[in-house]
Amino acid sequence: MSLSFLSRSLKTKPLFSRQRREGLVLGWGLGLGLGLGSFFTLGFMKNASAADAPVEHMMTSGRLRSMQEMLGGIQGTVVNERQLQHAGIKLHLSILADNGNSVPLGVSVDSPMTPEDHVRDIYLLSQRNPVLVMAHLHLGPWNARAELNTRVRLAGTQKVVALARTNTDRWLVDSADIIVTESACVDASN
Amino acid sequence: MNARLIWPQKIVSGDVVKVRLLIQHPMETGYLQDMTGHLIPRNIIQWVSCVYDAQEVLRVETSSGIAANPFFEFYVRATVTGLMVVKWLDDDGQAGEFRQLMSVQD
Repeated sequence: MSLSFLSRSLKTKPLFSRQRREGLVLGWGLGLGLGLGSFFTLGFMKNASAADAPVEHMMTSGRLRSMQEMLGGIQGTVVNERQLQHAGIKLHLSILADNGNSVPLGVSVDSPMTPEDHVRDIYLLSQRNPVLVMAHLHLGPWNARAELNTRVRLAGTQKVVALARTNTDRWLVDSADIIVTESACVDASN
Repeated sequence: MNARLIWPQKIVSGDVVKVRLLIQHPMETGYLQDMTGHLIPRNIIQWVSCVYDAQEVLRVETSSGIAANPFFEFYVRATVTGLMVVKWLDDDGQAGEFRQLMSVQD
């Protein structure tokens, strides 16, 4: 491959020798080719990874569930809003949480916890978290007290519902609203 | 696999004992991204079980709604001196176990 036609038309002596010119062209061509090629390839490779799917597509939080939705969403249980008794159970939750990643929560049920009359299950439901049932606690007379204290994650300001079921199929409910300043499941670095 | 079980030092048979359980576990929700933008894979404890005196005294089916390093405070009626065995299983298939002897007087 000779580029000497360039110098011939100008009728001047070429600045670089033919070998040097060809070497430079080859070098630059390869360099640019590899550079642009790798740029595009790496870019596409990154996008192709399934794990890099945007978080918004996976998070279904943000939408507030209705009470009916929350009750209907408990797997393996059918409970109607009409069955609920708003007595005998207390949900302890502060009014405001600075960080939704760890929010102390307490639930206590007024129950003798005898074999004849005790609480069987306690459900902690979230109105806004991606997952409805935060925890499902199984209890029995051996517990002597139907109480649980734990720490939950809250993805934003919402209502938390505590649902208790006795062995006689009575459903007790209590709910509490909480303001969450910094939501869980959302990174501040985003 | 690390956990802590705390209860009062002096327990008499028949007492209602407050038990506090803390399990060391990141409880990754699968929604957060690391510094390079990749999603940190989900790893949540699926259930926690505590057996005392041949009776399962605690069973919690947990979800991503429980905070990292899960903490549970519950009550148990003390009967006899015996081991309290806490077990759990997470999404990665890792089973955890923690045992502690509950000394009950009388």
